[in-house]
Amino acid sequence: MYNLIGAGLIVIGAGIGLGQIGGKAMEGIARQPEATGKIQTAMIIIAALLEGLAFGALFLGK
Amino acid sequence: MKIAEKTVRFLTIAMIALFTAAGFAAVTDKKQDIQNDGGRVNTKEEVEAYILHHIKDSHDFSLWSYTSDEGERKHVGFPLPVILWTSKGLVTFMSSEFHHNDDGHVIVEKDGLKFAKIHSKIFELDNNAVTISFDETHHATNAHKLLDFSITKSVVGILFIGFLLLFWFSRLAKQYKTKQIPTGFARVLEPLVLYVRDEIARPNIGDKHYRRFTGYLLTVFFFIWVLNLAGLTPLGFNVTGQLAVTGCLAIFTLVIYTVSGNKDYWMHMIWMPGVPFLIRPVLAIIELAGALIIKPFSLLVRLFANISAGHIVVMSLIAIMFTLKESLGVVGATGLSLVLSFFITLIEVLVAFLQAYIFTMLSALFIGMAVADHSEAH
Repeated sequence: MYNLIGAGLIVIGAGIGLGQIGGKAMEGIARQPEATGKIQTAMIIIAALLEGLAFGALFLGK
Repeated sequence: MKIAEKTVRFLTIAMIALFTAAGFAAVTDKKQDIQNDGGRVNTKEEVEAYILHHIKDSHDFSLWSYTSDEGERKHVGFPLPVILWTSKGLVTFMSSEFHHNDDGHVIVEKDGLKFAKIHSKIFELDNNAVTISFDETHHATNAHKLLDFSITKSVVGILFIGFLLLFWFSRLAKQYKTKQIPTGFARVLEPLVLYVRDEIARPNIGDKHYRRFTGYLLTVFFFIWVLNLAGLTPLGFNVTGQLAVTGCLAIFTLVIYTVSGNKDYWMHMIWMPGVPFLIRPVLAIIELAGALIIKPFSLLVRLFANISAGHIVVMSLIAIMFTLKESLGVVGATGLSLVLSFFITLIEVLVAFLQAYIFTMLSALFIGMAVADHSEAH
């Protein structure tokens, strides 16, 4: 029961983080469409790091 | 050009359709067998047990199983060799001797030793034990684990994909000796190789050093990608969803960037220049933990968790047709699960590429950090 609540909290946190990353990347691309490639690469790296953290927490909490 | 484009599009759609349809075929057989089992089995529990069993590695390559008209349980697949290092040396036999039993009731006797298989792990029974016994927490009391070098399903997958990649890429390499542009399937591989070299290796490692590491990055990229795709076929491989496999790949990356790290890299890690004296040891602990534990751990867990979660989601959605059969009717539940699992399979094809890309990308990034020239920075 408690680890389900913990998993929910982790997913909320990761969701907020991913939303921030995606949203800011969208803003950046809208402002500077010519930098799309670089922004996407950086976005994917940060998202991957965040995802690793979230999965690590889920994995430890299991 | 037009024709090539159309062919590729057709092949893609055909492949996705095949993945979904064949996945259905494989699981349907299994589940019907449960339903026919006198109706006393809880479907939800059986689905959960089946998914958890699929996620694990197994000692035999079983494609599907069913109950025949005589009520006999039949398994379709083939056995794989079991290779064990026991207290009396090497022992080998075929996994068919366990008769697909997975709860320790079938005891195999070989060279005076007794073995039992519990949840895909092989145990050696103690000297005078006849049957295996469990304590309250379901741990075996009179048996112990042993070194298992068996050719399991995952090992078969790795060997198969390894030889396939060797075949593809040696043919691609051979073609450059006689012509400028490769023909046939090699033409599909060439842009991918260039993509990994020019978009992943070169920008992250730098123009000076990238050639040394491109071979490793290409190997890791294609290994993960093709195995991820193989995991979506009904063969039921879950190789990149095994902790041992992803851990091994992460250790490769760890060793490569640790060994090839230059003086600046170690200097910045152990004795960071430009910060107050007292902070340096604290930073060194954080940096060392980051480089030696957190980086490989994040590589390991990300790939494992993504692929395992993907397999669980696909199989759970396919299982909707059994779990919701009562409330939605046969047609409704099957339609719902068909639509959901079709789209989740599409996403999984994307995830298969994305995870291979991210693993390669982060490996390149870590290697790039280790070999970067700091002379003009600061």
